[in-house]
Amino acid sequence: MSTIDDKATEVPEDAAGESAETVPPEQEKEEVAEKKEINKGLVIFVFIAAFVASLIVGWILFPMVLYTQENQPIDFNHALHLEEVENSCESCHFFREDGSYAGVPKLAQCVDCHDEVMGDDPDELAFVENYVQKNIEVPWLIYSQQSDCVFFSHAAHVKAAKMDCVSCHGDIGESTSLKVYEKNIITGISRDIWGKNIGGIKLHSWDRMKMNDCAKCHKEETGNQGACFQCHK
Amino acid sequence: MKVDTKQKKFGMAIDLDKCTGCGSCMVACMSENNVPFKKDETNKLDSITWIKVYKVTNDKKYPDTDLCYIPRPCMHCDGQHGHAPCVSVCPAVATDNDKSTGVVSQIYTRCFGCRYCMAACPYHARYFNWWDPVWPEGMEKYLSPNVSPRMRGVVEKCSFCFHRYQLAMDKAYVEGRRELREDEYQTSCTQACPAGAITFGDLNNPKHTVHKMVQPDNKHHGKPKNPKAFRLLERLGTNAKVYYLSDRKWVRKLGDNQTPNEESSKKH
Repeated sequence: MSTIDDKATEVPEDAAGESAETVPPEQEKEEVAEKKEINKGLVIFVFIAAFVASLIVGWILFPMVLYTQENQPIDFNHALHLEEVENSCESCHFFREDGSYAGVPKLAQCVDCHDEVMGDDPDELAFVENYVQKNIEVPWLIYSQQSDCVFFSHAAHVKAAKMDCVSCHGDIGESTSLKVYEKNIITGISRDIWGKNIGGIKLHSWDRMKMNDCAKCHKEETGNQGACFQCHK
Repeated sequence: MKVDTKQKKFGMAIDLDKCTGCGSCMVACMSENNVPFKKDETNKLDSITWIKVYKVTNDKKYPDTDLCYIPRPCMHCDGQHGHAPCVSVCPAVATDNDKSTGVVSQIYTRCFGCRYCMAACPYHARYFNWWDPVWPEGMEKYLSPNVSPRMRGVVEKCSFCFHRYQLAMDKAYVEGRRELREDEYQTSCTQACPAGAITFGDLNNPKHTVHKMVQPDNKHHGKPKNPKAFRLLERLGTNAKVYYLSDRKWVRKLGDNQTPNEESSKKH
């Protein structure tokens, strides 16, 4: 038994020795180099592929998972209303006498005109039937709603600093329909606060409403980014 | 000394001879600032009171016995170089000393609950939320929307009702003003005190009652020129913005925690 085993192990050893002798050493080196090159190319390819995949996951898939898309209860045409009203944005988004800001108008303001259906728009019909006649407030989703700990003074910005609405809210006044409301599933806050651009690139002053954006503008305009309590409560 | 009218220094003067210890200020403060409470508040180590009324006595037998109530809000210290003891220890920058108003802030969403500030505060004015607030059913509808409620694991303290300043400023802006009248910004405790013991206003404004009462000496870290006025633990140099007034010498001495044989004149 032992002899057969020995022979069996001997044979391949011999064969290996012969083949090593027959193949010239230079050719062997080339083969190894070729293999290395293939490996190198493969590594770079896998790296780039994984990098691209990570970017897709991080910049496209993750935001899709992070934000749920919600539609407003009814559509609203800002441009159309802006033509009809006399006092521009402040006609509906006004200051109260005590200095507080009305924000999104309540039903009481809408009823002044929309007591009955005025046009033939299905959204207006739905508005009058479902909200005005039933006297229910429209549960608007507010794009610029800040979190609970933020105190934002419209009076300080609009009245004292004479800023226009566009600086922070963009050209929403010219829009003919309301965009989809993207809600962060963790914080419940609109994506308009964090900004659309996942890379953090800001092209307009109204692209984002984060604390750093407030602080940056405050520093530029007042020379000082302000104390905590200036914007927090 | 020329006082910059834009640079405000809100502060308080509490007349201890008027205070009856009724606790109205504590109640008013809790409802104004959404301060959480529990069914059992007997353990004072874990109950939250932004302003707290302490009772002190002169430790003398009848007929010389006397007592005094000391309401203690946050002192909103300026320190010797413009920072309060709590502000300089906070690793999260969750509290700062607003140079334009003198109010020491506390940002609950920034705080991570290390409680260094509580250790640094010599007045025990800071409180830790050991639990999430639980409101009796229906009471959450009575919470003030102007003060954000706190969550478990953060520190909170008196803010001099700063939201009232913000709202008053909003009204002023809409009316085209930039300055507030004295009565437009008053803290909740000031208005609630039935004895009128608390006076609140701008210590930098000579027209304000609080300035007239205390006569703060800004060259010497706000030390009161009024001999009847004092601050708690003056010797620590916290440069507090809450002043106390009393005709009684033992109360004034107690305010600085003096040892029995110590003379207050040595320190002044």
